[in-house]
Amino acid sequence: MAKQKSPEQKRYEKIEQKHEAKRPVLKNCIKAFFVGGSICLVGQAVMYFYMYFFHFTEQTAGNPTVATMIFFAMLLTGFGVYDKIGQFAGAGSAVPITGFGNSVISAAIEHRTEGFVLGVGGNMFKLAGSVILFGVFSAFVVALIKTLLHMWGVI
Amino acid sequence: MLKGKQSWVFSNRPVIAASAAVGGPFEARGRLASDFDILHDDLWMGKDSYEKAHTLILEEAIETAIQKAEITKEDINFMLAGDLVNQITPSSFAARSLGIPYFGLFGACSTSMEGLALASFLINNQGANKVVTGASSHNAAIEKQFRYPTEYGSQKPPTAQWTVTGGGAAVLIDDKDKTGKLVTTSATIGRVIDMGISDPFNMGAAMAPAAADTIIAHFKDLQLDPSYYDLIITGDLAKIGSPIALELLHQEGLQIDSAKFKDCGLMVYKEDQQVQAGGSGAGCSAAVLYGHLLNEMKKGTYQRILLVATGALLSPLSFQQKESIPCIAHAVSIEVHP
Repeated sequence: MAKQKSPEQKRYEKIEQKHEAKRPVLKNCIKAFFVGGSICLVGQAVMYFYMYFFHFTEQTAGNPTVATMIFFAMLLTGFGVYDKIGQFAGAGSAVPITGFGNSVISAAIEHRTEGFVLGVGGNMFKLAGSVILFGVFSAFVVALIKTLLHMWGVI
Repeated sequence: MLKGKQSWVFSNRPVIAASAAVGGPFEARGRLASDFDILHDDLWMGKDSYEKAHTLILEEAIETAIQKAEITKEDINFMLAGDLVNQITPSSFAARSLGIPYFGLFGACSTSMEGLALASFLINNQGANKVVTGASSHNAAIEKQFRYPTEYGSQKPPTAQWTVTGGGAAVLIDDKDKTGKLVTTSATIGRVIDMGISDPFNMGAAMAPAAADTIIAHFKDLQLDPSYYDLIITGDLAKIGSPIALELLHQEGLQIDSAKFKDCGLMVYKEDQQVQAGGSGAGCSAAVLYGHLLNEMKKGTYQRILLVATGALLSPLSFQQKESIPCIAHAVSIEVHP
């Protein structure tokens, strides 16, 4: 729970608000939209590549596509480019699967100096851990609900 | 000698025998590049971790200052230094290789002036003959600890600041011959001030009240008028914090001329460098003071300056526990002895 501000702190807040440079939300949204969309476009192209040049179906092409996108994220992160894209695009590069890849890869690179086990292994999922935890848990809950509704003949 | 409530006057005027500033690649492309004694091409500096490079920065700053003072490290009685890394290991490891009796300090980005104030007190009160003091920071080591891995693609807001990869150090001595030399004349120790800002990407706004509090205390304790100084310079309030601090000071009746109110965080980088609001870090005020500002004083640009280093006393954990950011500012005055 955020702390309650004292009257003095509230007075300061007014002064501070006058000088604080506001985040350019609309500009950020537009940039995120176009960069995020472009990443998805690349993903779609990769998926078609696997479907037409290899024997993947629309359902099974998802797996190698995700792996390829994460591979691209690894290259861009390793070359020091992904963080520059991130500063420009914000959520546009953080939300797609490449963002997840970047969070794991950047942490792995960073903590190499502490060794493979405690450093890389122990810190790799520092940022992505919540994604995995809540993603798996919510999938479990949704699957449970679906199973119950199915059992009760609702769907 | 104690003056007023929280200030010291150094009547014996400790002499700054020499100082040195060390910087990294980003600082080499910045506005004050020519005032650095050593500039590195990359963040690794030939070491195999950022933390080890961080240690090197302070070692080099101290060794260069000692060399410029034409003494050896065996001549130094005490070393006072600190940084932002957990357990201030870079400073402690630098103390290990230098072998000087060591006070490890933590004042976040205000450490440089905490060190200079204490070093001046030691010399002034015959607690030491020669002291070295400094502070340093390393962008990658500190981003790793406080924020995100350096290659992580997070978007920094316009209020964020860039931690300086750099450091500075000065050798303070008890010297009877002071004519024309740079001396420390007073210091004001700050209180911890927290005005409820909890966004670690808005440090300038968090630290501005602490800077204002210390500056007001300084002029009250010493019974001086702001016009006494040619320059009042804060450590790292940057684009957001500096105008806020000036407004707070004007509100308290201190009519400080905005042309004489500067900030180290705003001086170190050029406009085209992507640093959002400006520079920050324990090394910011140290590198700018112990390089550029003292050089300018030697050239005669300023006769009396007041340096107010500002620090944000948060940790990555305190932020996660929904704490706001308590801050502190320490001020030291440096003059050219007539």
